[in-house]
Amino acid sequence: MTDEATELTMNKTRKVPDATRRSSDSKSGRYLGRPAWGETQPEVADSSAMKVVVCVKQIPDPADPGALDPETKTLKRDSKLILDESDSYGVEMALQLVDAAGDGEVHLVSMAPNNEVSGLRTALAMGAASATIVSDDALQGSDALGTAKVLAAAIARQEPDLILAATESSDGYTGTVPEMVAALMDLPSVTFAKSIAIDGGAAKIQRQTEAGYDEVECPLPAVVSVTAGVVEPRYPSFKGIMAAKSKPVDELTIGDLGIDADQVGWAGAGQEIVAIEDAPAREAGEIIEDDGDAHERIVAFLDELKVL
Amino acid sequence: MGLDKIWVFGEANGDAVASITLEMLVAARELADTVEVFMAGDGDDYAEELGEHGAETVYSTGDLGGALQGVAVASAVAAAIGSGDVDGPDAFLIGTTQDGRDVAGRLAVKLDTPVITNVVGLELDGDQLVGSEPIFGGVTDVKVKNTSGKSGIFLVRPKSFEAVGMGGAEADTEDLDVPDLGAAGAARITATHAEEADGPKLDEAAIVVSGGRGLGQAEAYEMINTLAKSLGGAPGASRAIVDSGWVPYSYQVGQTGKVVKPTVYLACGISGATQHLVGMKGSKNIIAINKDSEAPIFAVADLGIIGDVHKVLPKLIEALANR
Repeated sequence: MTDEATELTMNKTRKVPDATRRSSDSKSGRYLGRPAWGETQPEVADSSAMKVVVCVKQIPDPADPGALDPETKTLKRDSKLILDESDSYGVEMALQLVDAAGDGEVHLVSMAPNNEVSGLRTALAMGAASATIVSDDALQGSDALGTAKVLAAAIARQEPDLILAATESSDGYTGTVPEMVAALMDLPSVTFAKSIAIDGGAAKIQRQTEAGYDEVECPLPAVVSVTAGVVEPRYPSFKGIMAAKSKPVDELTIGDLGIDADQVGWAGAGQEIVAIEDAPAREAGEIIEDDGDAHERIVAFLDELKVL
Repeated sequence: MGLDKIWVFGEANGDAVASITLEMLVAARELADTVEVFMAGDGDDYAEELGEHGAETVYSTGDLGGALQGVAVASAVAAAIGSGDVDGPDAFLIGTTQDGRDVAGRLAVKLDTPVITNVVGLELDGDQLVGSEPIFGGVTDVKVKNTSGKSGIFLVRPKSFEAVGMGGAEADTEDLDVPDLGAAGAARITATHAEEADGPKLDEAAIVVSGGRGLGQAEAYEMINTLAKSLGGAPGASRAIVDSGWVPYSYQVGQTGKVVKPTVYLACGISGATQHLVGMKGSKNIIAINKDSEAPIFAVADLGIIGDVHKVLPKLIEALANR
């Protein structure tokens, strides 16, 4: 852990919510996100300022078919990178939480080769105030843990009240980075959030489970990963797009973050792709066009399988 | 035999051990001489079932009092191994579940060891474990080896192995003490809600009928419910309509939802995005109905109907009702 991270943890853990303030504005937090099944949610605004950091990943456009570079065994990233759609939910949630708090700002943290910012600009155009991009040749080949070390160090410099991330990226989908960031910063974490309400110094979160959802309360600062669909991401306005061009983006290397090269990239990964193989393909099936009787073919198919 | 010892993360649904845990025990006992389970809750409740499936010892934390499993279980494991109280494993197998991913992430940091994710197959290469991970929606498999020289963590996807007992004796139980977690352990579960449909469970049903964006509107999902019910199956959904709020997340089939391998999977108005395919392409028989003849779902369908779900489904429901 970096010095900054330690300092952040120390400062923030001491910031216990003030009891008087809590009682005045904590009838119930303002829930944002999809309402629970069959429930309506209270809407009472919280009035304290908030700094939210959102981890965003810039990925190759999923509309372009992906490919692995046979030399490096990493995803080819020669096309322009875009904002991972999964991260647009975290950005939107952060903007709404800051809005509900009445004061505060959203800062983005991203790690990408060559100070790539095209995806970051999209999130800045949505309304984030500023961004940090960490680029370093030593980062190539980083696994989830290496990535988390870089993000945690970059986030710690911002001293946020809340750190949001997607539950998983659309290209690597390891789904472990947010929890690792929390562990590295020694913060509490709640993953798979489908709604978040801030109430004084704590977050009230509905967390998806295998069977339904749990209600979880978590003091801030904390790391929360949000599911896709938690909120409806806004489209950047023309004004937002223009404003994004001049918003501050801090460019950092791992040296700036006090991270050694052997902790990240290929050197730090601790795992290696040893083979790439075609998966066994399914045999082609029967495809018919519905002429009004297709349901009969389905019934016959089910009959053949003896499942009726 | 390859490895000396593997630890499997144990999860439970009420009184029963979760299927994912039993599935991983099958893989673990083929790869290692000794298989042990670590879990939250009271290991005594599950020692018989876990033993039957090959676990020799169950390490458990006891009741967590509402704390989330990730930080509590990982901290307990790291403390037990770090202090030398417990002889740690050569590898950890953890299920790709909400709590499993939390435990894996926390544990990776505490032990500074890699996590190999989305594993659907495991094999030995010398004394190192190699995990197979499907990418690009399952058309390509990559094999990833732990080269850290430390005990790697493998996040295993559900339904990658078939859970079979081996007649093992009841497992021994040991306590796993949770250390003081400080601020990191401050989150608390205050209430739990179930949102599952009536009838067979989605990931256990022999027939799954799933609906997607092609249904057009939330009300049309009622056709999926009706059809699933008449077939004695479970209703499922693509991520698109879960994100749109038509049905709860517990209905979701796919990368971020449930993995299903029913005898028959009926995909209605689902295009077949990578996200969805990885959750259902192991089904024994796949029927797809979609207006778009170019939809990727047809590449995995045994029977593909190019047609409008609003026309085909009502007739299918009626035909089944008349039998």
